[in-house]
Amino acid sequence: MPVVDSVLDLIGNTPVVDVSHLSPNPKVRILAKLESQNPAGSVKDRIAKAMIEAAEADGTLQPGSVLLEPSSGNTGIALAMICRLRGYHLKIVLPENVTSERRQMLEAYGAEIIPSPAAEGSNGAVRLAQRLSIEHPDWVFLYQYGNEANPTAHLTGTGPEILADVPDITHFVAGLGTSGTLMGVGAYMADHAPHVKMYAVEPPSGEHVEGLRSLDDGYVPPVFEKWGGIDALHGKRIVRPADSLTWTRRLVNEAGIFAGISSGAAMAGAAKLAERLDEGVIVFIVCDGGWKYLSTGAYTDDLETVIDSIEDVVYF
Amino acid sequence: MSNTVNVRIPTVLRPMAGGNSSVELAGETVGDVVSALVGVYPGLQENLVDDNGSVRKFVNVYVNDEDIRFLDKLDTTVADGDEVAILPAVAGG
Repeated sequence: MPVVDSVLDLIGNTPVVDVSHLSPNPKVRILAKLESQNPAGSVKDRIAKAMIEAAEADGTLQPGSVLLEPSSGNTGIALAMICRLRGYHLKIVLPENVTSERRQMLEAYGAEIIPSPAAEGSNGAVRLAQRLSIEHPDWVFLYQYGNEANPTAHLTGTGPEILADVPDITHFVAGLGTSGTLMGVGAYMADHAPHVKMYAVEPPSGEHVEGLRSLDDGYVPPVFEKWGGIDALHGKRIVRPADSLTWTRRLVNEAGIFAGISSGAAMAGAAKLAERLDEGVIVFIVCDGGWKYLSTGAYTDDLETVIDSIEDVVYF
Repeated sequence: MSNTVNVRIPTVLRPMAGGNSSVELAGETVGDVVSALVGVYPGLQENLVDDNGSVRKFVNVYVNDEDIRFLDKLDTTVADGDEVAILPAVAGG
């Protein structure tokens, strides 16, 4: 392997591991793309790098700039790594109900944390960041939910990598957060392998969010709407904590893949899909490693206890 | 013959649904079930359905955890014992 100048050169080109022995259907292969191998530990390294480079190229970011971003963790951590290297000051609006590891990683990379109320979940963090960006027009607001560089990073990176490594892919499964992964990979497949079907999984986060005045406080990312949205997907399902945790543990125990809880949800979605197909090759995204979720007991504590407690934690 | 399903109500809507976290209702389609739900709790009407009778943008409805936008939307049929979940759209990332 060549020696690189910076950890940022290690973003992307992630490996794919065959976990077909976990497939409920012997005619359907299941392959895991390990985005956890990125240097700051998640798929979000790709979009953080892309958003910062785009903002540097168009002059939005200048030496010493202050950045603001709402994040449940991974985007914030990836931005923090890059901002530290580039000398920018980063403020992350972070819901109070994320794991302490996420908070500590942000602090390790020197980001400033602005807490947002736990009861409002991720939507509350987005709202607070939007308000702060209006009050502080001098802060650079990359806004991952509406930044074209987010899906574009997957259109030009993740998508081509998957098709090159798995030319016989038939289905793709990933978590739906900003929708960047699904929209970007989907746009690439639409051009180069239009038979590939795109499936989204999501946690039932909205079930317990209390801080919404009404459902109009719900949130659909602009990226999702601009890049095809519902029409770009072939299915979307909720994966509940019990299934997410069960599959997270199976990935560790039966494939040696120490993945985060939302990756277990994606694996659960892939397994559910495999049951319904005659044959096929499913690629799903392991979006981060398990390190940031150890404090939840997800891997070792009594399963029923963790299922109850995880409902109040933002893990997507 | 209509079928009985369990409808899960998210926290944000419970004040408009008598404080219930779930309600048993009958119907043959998701549309029937939603109509029955707002029949019992009229306060939910404007939160769930827009003027065109479609599910509102920031509302996701699921049958057995599948988003009905990828099934037959409000025409999606339900079977006895199915679970219908209503959730506000939430950001991630």
